[in-house]
Amino acid sequence: MHLNDTKGYKAFRIFNIITMIFIVVVTFVPFINIIAQSFSSERFITAGEVFLLPKGFNVETYRAVLSNQRFWIHYRNTIVYTVVGTGLAMFLTTLLAYVLAKPKTRLKGKGFWVGFSVFTMFFAGGIIPTYIVYNNTLNITNTMWSVVFPLALSIYNMLIMKAFFENLPPSLEEAASIDGMSTYGIFMKIVLPLSKPILATMTLFYAVAYWNAWFQAFMFLNDWTLFPVTLFLRNLISGATATGEAAAAEAGGAQIASNVRSVSMFLTVLPIILVYPFVQKYFVTGIMLGSVKE
Amino acid sequence: MEIDSQNPGGTGTGPIGNNPETGIAASGNGAQSVAEYQEKLKQTQVSRWESTSKSLRKDWQLYTFLILPILYLIIFQYLPMIGNVIAFRRFVPGGSMLGQDFVGLRYFEMFWNDRTFWRVFRNTFTIGGLTLLFNFPIPIIFALLLNEVKSVKFKRFVQTASYLPYFISMVIIAGMIMEMLSANGIINQMIAYFGGDTIIFLQRAEWFRTIYVASGVWQTTGWGAILYLAALTNIDPNLYEAAAIDGAGRLKQTWHVTIPGILPTIMTLLILNIGNFMNVGFEKVFLLYNPLTYETGDVISTYLYRIGLGSANFSYATAIGLAQAVVGFVLVMSANMLSRKLTNRSLW
Repeated sequence: MHLNDTKGYKAFRIFNIITMIFIVVVTFVPFINIIAQSFSSERFITAGEVFLLPKGFNVETYRAVLSNQRFWIHYRNTIVYTVVGTGLAMFLTTLLAYVLAKPKTRLKGKGFWVGFSVFTMFFAGGIIPTYIVYNNTLNITNTMWSVVFPLALSIYNMLIMKAFFENLPPSLEEAASIDGMSTYGIFMKIVLPLSKPILATMTLFYAVAYWNAWFQAFMFLNDWTLFPVTLFLRNLISGATATGEAAAAEAGGAQIASNVRSVSMFLTVLPIILVYPFVQKYFVTGIMLGSVKE
Repeated sequence: MEIDSQNPGGTGTGPIGNNPETGIAASGNGAQSVAEYQEKLKQTQVSRWESTSKSLRKDWQLYTFLILPILYLIIFQYLPMIGNVIAFRRFVPGGSMLGQDFVGLRYFEMFWNDRTFWRVFRNTFTIGGLTLLFNFPIPIIFALLLNEVKSVKFKRFVQTASYLPYFISMVIIAGMIMEMLSANGIINQMIAYFGGDTIIFLQRAEWFRTIYVASGVWQTTGWGAILYLAALTNIDPNLYEAAAIDGAGRLKQTWHVTIPGILPTIMTLLILNIGNFMNVGFEKVFLLYNPLTYETGDVISTYLYRIGLGSANFSYATAIGLAQAVVGFVLVMSANMLSRKLTNRSLW
């Protein structure tokens, strides 16, 4: 096979390898730059001398940010929102996916319920009415729930899970049903243990979504003690806001320095980068399952 | 449905109201078959209800699974949808979420005559179009090139690396873009190295779209390629062998075997992309734009956010949002219908 390769194809393969290496480099450079800045002294960053390696290496910025009480409050908030939100989202998503995966003969009005759910993917209420519902009708703005509820049921994730449940062999459930097991029993003792891979994938999808979210907090929260770390970071990046300034002052500078921003960014993204190599295969499994139709 | 087709005459008469008359009419001599027929009809009409309620009684546990998720959808999805009526009714802060008095299409006329609206409309259209133009085909090319990599290990490494950015918060992405494009960032370092002048990219309106689209390519290419790569592994290797025997070179094999093999995936994703064409990502624009770049960067969603929550013109902002949502919905539906007609493939 390789012997038959033409000269043109060999040239192409070399070009292709170079392209791939280039793509990997381009993907990583922004991250490496941030890490380099986080260990550099502000003087060299301002002078535009920090590229991929730290200049004026120091860990002072890390010490300053890590000893900042506020940073930890935000970090703790993010962890709480991620845990509570992911739990709630998994609960709602699994319930809906399981029931909608049942055939028409068992679930009366299946078409209606699927349509009722899927319609929300293509037609949303919009930012302003959503805000009014949260603020005036439900009165949950400025509480944790205004950050947790908006992401608590992704129909897209639900459909992936539904596809998984539909592919489970029905004979197991039927046998258990004949043995007199209730639907709740079947769901808890047979379906959930069989669904570990999809449950892991979905938990990761939701956890990442909650960890990364900032806009809900930006829109619904006023009290800075409730802010997640992403919103703290947003305020830091966009400059002169109360939280940002206070943090910068505590970090030992009048204005927010690039190295403070870099450290905060790195610490926020760190959990994702740390777990990413181990969990990325689950992400891929998830999206593959979703693409399997019929 | 089944009932109607069996008995066209029975339309509109409910099973309960029909009963007494049926009984009397059927008591006549020689009308036994009619009575039987009526009885049968009664049973079929009832059976649907019966089977549903029987299924509910027997299988009630299954139906309880629906309660909380559906309640969630009603409160957090459908209630805001109903809240859209304030596009037609004046909303008073602190008042009912359904507004005070009916004003008809006043708010729609308002944005129709609003110059800024047309600017953000144009920007949304341009940014959406450019995103489609670059973010759609580049993952396909990337998947095709990656597929030609022989070493499995290297292939997996490139793939894993390439979709890392997809999982990073938009705040971090925006932060990295700002650091890279700042006066002392790495892009300007490179420009300086080649002897160019420093450009403050994020304050220059002419650069906004490039930054938006390029960072989108950087963030989503790897992830976007996953489905294509999966489709590529499903192509029958015999097809390549057959093509090779017929004298097709690598390029011809790609053209006649590979591309047709992933065409269904391409079509599906194209529909999705066209459908989402107007939904230019609010978050990235909101994080990156500033008054200096409104001219090219301000889009419908950011504009309505500013006039809605910034200036408290709730009804006006809702009218714009509703118009955008309706246009978006029509786009998805048309793309889907078109695809069904042309390729026999559709999302539903």
